[in-house]
Amino acid sequence: MADAMNGTMTGAEMVIKALIDQGVDTVFGYPGGAVLPIYDEMFKQNKIRHVLVRHEQGATHAAEGYARSTGKPGVVLVTSGPGATNAVTGMQDALMDSIPMVVLTGQVPTFMIGGDAFQEADTVGITRPCTKHNWLVKDTDKLAKTIHEAFYVATNGRPGPVLVDIPKDVQFADGTYVSPRNAKPKTYEPKVKGDPTAIQEAVALIQQAKRPIFYTGGGVINSGPQASQLLRELVAATGFPITSTLMGLGSYPASGEAWLGMLGMHGSYEANLAMHGCDLMICIGARFDDRITGRLDAFSPDSKKIHIDIDPSSINKNVKVDVPIVGDVGHVLEDMLRIFRSGGAQSDKAGLAEWWKTIQTWRAVDCFSYENSDTVIKPQYATQRLAAAMVAHGDYYVTTEVGQHQMWAAQYIPFEAPNRWMTSGGLGTMGYGLPAAVGVQMAHPKSLVVDVSGEASFMMNMQEIATAVQYRLPIKIFILNNERLGMVRQWQELLHGERYSSSYSEALPDFVKLAEAFGGHGIQCDNPGDLDEAIAEMIAYDGPVIFDCLVEKHENCFPMIPSGKAHNEMLLAASLDPGQIGQAIEAGGAVMV
Amino acid sequence: MQRTERLDMDLKRGSTSHSAYNLRPALPEGEERRTLSVLVDNESGVLARVIGLFSGRGYNIESLTVAETDHTGHRSRITVVATGTPMVIEQIKAQLDRMVPVHRVRDLTVEGPSVERELALVKVANTGESRVESLRLKDSFRASVVDASLDSFVFELTGSPEKIDAFVDLMRPLGLVDVSRTGVAAISRGPEGM
Ligand SMILES: Cc1cc2nc3c(=O)[nH]c(=O)nc-3n(C[C@H](O)[C@H](O)[C@H](O)COP(=O)(O)OP(=O)(O)OC[C@H]3O[C@@H](n4cnc5c(N)ncnc54)[C@H](O)[C@@H]3O)c2cc1C
Ligand SMILES: Cc1ncc(C[n+]2csc(CCOP(=O)(O)OP(=O)(O)O)c2C)c(N)n1
Repeated sequence: MADAMNGTMTGAEMVIKALIDQGVDTVFGYPGGAVLPIYDEMFKQNKIRHVLVRHEQGATHAAEGYARSTGKPGVVLVTSGPGATNAVTGMQDALMDSIPMVVLTGQVPTFMIGGDAFQEADTVGITRPCTKHNWLVKDTDKLAKTIHEAFYVATNGRPGPVLVDIPKDVQFADGTYVSPRNAKPKTYEPKVKGDPTAIQEAVALIQQAKRPIFYTGGGVINSGPQASQLLRELVAATGFPITSTLMGLGSYPASGEAWLGMLGMHGSYEANLAMHGCDLMICIGARFDDRITGRLDAFSPDSKKIHIDIDPSSINKNVKVDVPIVGDVGHVLEDMLRIFRSGGAQSDKAGLAEWWKTIQTWRAVDCFSYENSDTVIKPQYATQRLAAAMVAHGDYYVTTEVGQHQMWAAQYIPFEAPNRWMTSGGLGTMGYGLPAAVGVQMAHPKSLVVDVSGEASFMMNMQEIATAVQYRLPIKIFILNNERLGMVRQWQELLHGERYSSSYSEALPDFVKLAEAFGGHGIQCDNPGDLDEAIAEMIAYDGPVIFDCLVEKHENCFPMIPSGKAHNEMLLAASLDPGQIGQAIEAGGAVMV
Repeated sequence: MQRTERLDMDLKRGSTSHSAYNLRPALPEGEERRTLSVLVDNESGVLARVIGLFSGRGYNIESLTVAETDHTGHRSRITVVATGTPMVIEQIKAQLDRMVPVHRVRDLTVEGPSVERELALVKVANTGESRVESLRLKDSFRASVVDASLDSFVFELTGSPEKIDAFVDLMRPLGLVDVSRTGVAAISRGPEGM
């Protein structure tokens, strides 16, 4: 019954009130029969902005972009059946990349569930494996509590997507609202403080290390800006080199002295060799993904390994570590720094100096160099010029699609701060970047938001340009157009005897006209000499832009550690003769000494 | 009449000459069998979640039992017998433990002594000497007769999974028709609760 704090209202009203009480200002969604009561309540208020996407997958990626760039959970509202199933890819994407997201779905009325009703789908069944948790709410009295619990689960511990399925009769019925305070789940209380003895042990290893490396990941970003700050302090205090996964870029500044660049399959030579040769690996909020480890039995064979992670199931999942520390990066780093400093901040200075000398020789290889051209735009060059323009402009956010362009963006665009880089790492979802840019720009209307794209990925969710136009979101879609499914083509060249099976985009639209048809602005550029000016035009344009950058069609992305190979079997661009490329994988061993 | 059908049952032919204990196939090198006890909120879908975890990640379950054990608190206790390398078993425990409705996960195999029991209903159809022999074995296994006709019995038997394996194996040449087993229920010894 209603009391001073808790009122009686309809389920639909409750949804809106719960979202407001959770501090939600933006919802990405698409209406349909089973959520009409909620849309009706949305209409009657103005605290929450609803962004009408053009496909429910777009809503989920937009919510991811919003979440990653703000640190707040992204919120999605879609209808039953096809609305829910269209959202599945985005949920799995958020699950793999630890992005907090709350998805609300409509469902057929409770009394029709199970009867193959119109637009019925077993949404909780379908989404059970692609959410951190999900709920079907059958009773309006439980609705508010469930939504609050959903926000708690999405944002606490290892963040991830959750889903609340709300039958239409529950939206119409009256029930009692409860406030967020009364809604913490009884069972879910992740540990944030690290075990002090384990941290002591880690500090002891840090003090003795001769060839150490920090291997950091998305968990640092998840932990919040404070964690990035502490990481920078720890790196400065120890003088150790640092690398990061694709997901962790920006937590340590690209301009920082100790920065070795990204590691992994397309990571830097120095980062991968340092990982291979280190005697102490300090893994912070990263999960030993196969793009990082390469061949497991050859992964960093001589190192002791410290692993800080909030999710106990990440520990010893792929790689056995010596000192596991379960806790939140921010909390653990704070303790670690304190203990390290109280011990006089000692480290093996002589050993470190030697180590840095070795690292300098690896750096001198200049692994991201490529052969430029003054007639054809090289995709690396385009990315570099884009980066330079963004740096000059300042205050930029970058999203990407999936493929070669994604890797070039990671290699050539510098990030000085966390939450500025949004990419689909774990699932590798083509079509992520454009809707993600929509979400980022909603959260940061004044900033420069660029989706670095490939022409194939772009076409997977290009309908979201209409969303950008509708909400006056001046996102820039920078397409490295090689008329190929470039990453696939690269693998076919290197691993499948140059048989280019279906990796050629036979029929591409005119992207300039396409931009205009949507009400945006289109630019095409095919000349390296015109590139800077064209990029300047793109940035200056006050509205959504599609930039069709016609690049070299057969460029490969290097360095590359072919899947299943060890770090010291890396391929470098400079080491490959055009004629040899077909045998590159076999010749791989010769690349390294 | 059911002779051929009986042989069609996916059961190995009997081996009454050697001790019937330890009939289970040996685990692959490096793998272990562990009994896990999992305390969960009895909300809808919780069992699907646990089973989905095992099937989705390719873990092996030998048996899984579940029932509500606290009706006021709506808690259920799931007992899982899982096999895998120690690293995989640790993964299974961590994966179970991080599920939202899971309160606690205990590894009864390694966290001190425990008891394991399973109940089986075993149907045999036989007459003459086989009938007499099956009754004799029933007594030595402390099973009881819960149904009888002139040419059949249903035995009820509780014990460790190995004991039930042994009994079933002995019944096979004596006219075994059907077996229904509950799967393992387990609890730690001593005064401590979960
Ligand atoms: C085409 C392609 C190529 C790729 N190539 C590369 C490559 O060359 N190099 C590369 O690095 N990646 C690459 N990836 C990405 C790769 O697939 C993985 O997504 C990525 O390496 C995982 O990053 P991560 O280890 O930082 O983990 P994340 O997925 O970011 O996971 C974060 C980890 O931190 C933990 N965590 C979360 N929050 C906290 C907290 N608050 N405190 C403590 N811990 C926390 C989580 O439990 C988890 O274990 C590529 C992807 C694609 C699509
Ligand atoms: C949804 C989806 N389908 C298929 C793939 C497999 N895939 C990975 S990269 C790639 C090609 C991407 O081409 P494009 O977007 O043009 O980028 P490029 O590699 O050329 O830079 C494909 C098909 C994927 N990652 N996602």
